[in-house]
Amino acid sequence: MDFDRFLNWLQGTPVAVAIRENELLFPWIESFHVLTIVLVVGTILIVDLRLIGVASRNRAVTVLMRDVLPCTWTAFLVAAITGSLLFSSNAPKYTHNFYFQAKMALLVLTGCNMVIFHLIGTREIAHWGAAARTPVAAKVAGGISLLAWIAVVACGRWIGFTLH
Amino acid sequence: MYSTIFHWLSQLSAWHEQTQLSQAVQVHDWIVPTAQSIHILGIAAVAASALMINLRLIGLYAADQPLKEVLARFLPFIWWPLIVLLLTGIVMIAGEPPRSLKNPVFQLKMVLLIAAIVATAICKVALRRNAAFGDARADRRVGAATLAGVSMLLWVSIVFAGRWIAYYY
Repeated sequence: MDFDRFLNWLQGTPVAVAIRENELLFPWIESFHVLTIVLVVGTILIVDLRLIGVASRNRAVTVLMRDVLPCTWTAFLVAAITGSLLFSSNAPKYTHNFYFQAKMALLVLTGCNMVIFHLIGTREIAHWGAAARTPVAAKVAGGISLLAWIAVVACGRWIGFTLH
Repeated sequence: MYSTIFHWLSQLSAWHEQTQLSQAVQVHDWIVPTAQSIHILGIAAVAASALMINLRLIGLYAADQPLKEVLARFLPFIWWPLIVLLLTGIVMIAGEPPRSLKNPVFQLKMVLLIAAIVATAICKVALRRNAAFGDARADRRVGAATLAGVSMLLWVSIVFAGRWIAYYY
């Protein structure tokens, strides 16, 4: 119950009210949200395809991650901020929407997948990181990430069709 | 000329509305969100590939890798998704044809798209004419950096226009 009170409070904050009631604010924030999500997903796919072993095979995995992931994190930061703002404008409705719940669960999944890969999957990376072929663990991590991010995009789109 | 194009678009819209594709899309409510999801994934491939190429032109990405290799890696991820984007775009227009083809934001998006395709092609042509294009020292990279800035601005505007089609009608 306390959580519902929090959601109602959030929805009543001046920022949330402004986003809900101003005609231009929502689409502008949404535009930045879409742009940054597109960049998050697109740049992560570059790394995923390398981990799976189908693209950028002439580039060492560590070098590719060093070059690409700063873009991913910058875009993710903006996507998280704009997403939170959009969420606040209708907090209870989003929270009870199935596709929103699924999207958040999938984001947690991608986070766990990333942590596990960085803790365990990269232990031997000095041996295989430069090779075109990647070990099974890297392929699995890349595959999970690829599928989860595709599902994140789909859930995000379905929220827009099921919220009202 | 514009009124001629507009008249032609109106007729195209009217015809498009009658097609079986249009009717199917309007009856099955999962088709439009599915098409939009695939469309966004295609844009993700294109936008991220364009970002990598443009960061390379500025010198912020893979400066140790020849531009030729960077283009070989990422240009296919711009050209091939464009076909997917065209097909899913047609499905989305089929959902509400009069709104989309005659929508000024949609028309702006198509103009921006042509410009972005030209900017991408210029990069490839420039490299063919001058093998050092994009590999020059930072202080002599003005042309490549300008092209990168224009290209990125165009792709960002295309994404924004895509979202605003839904609001401006």
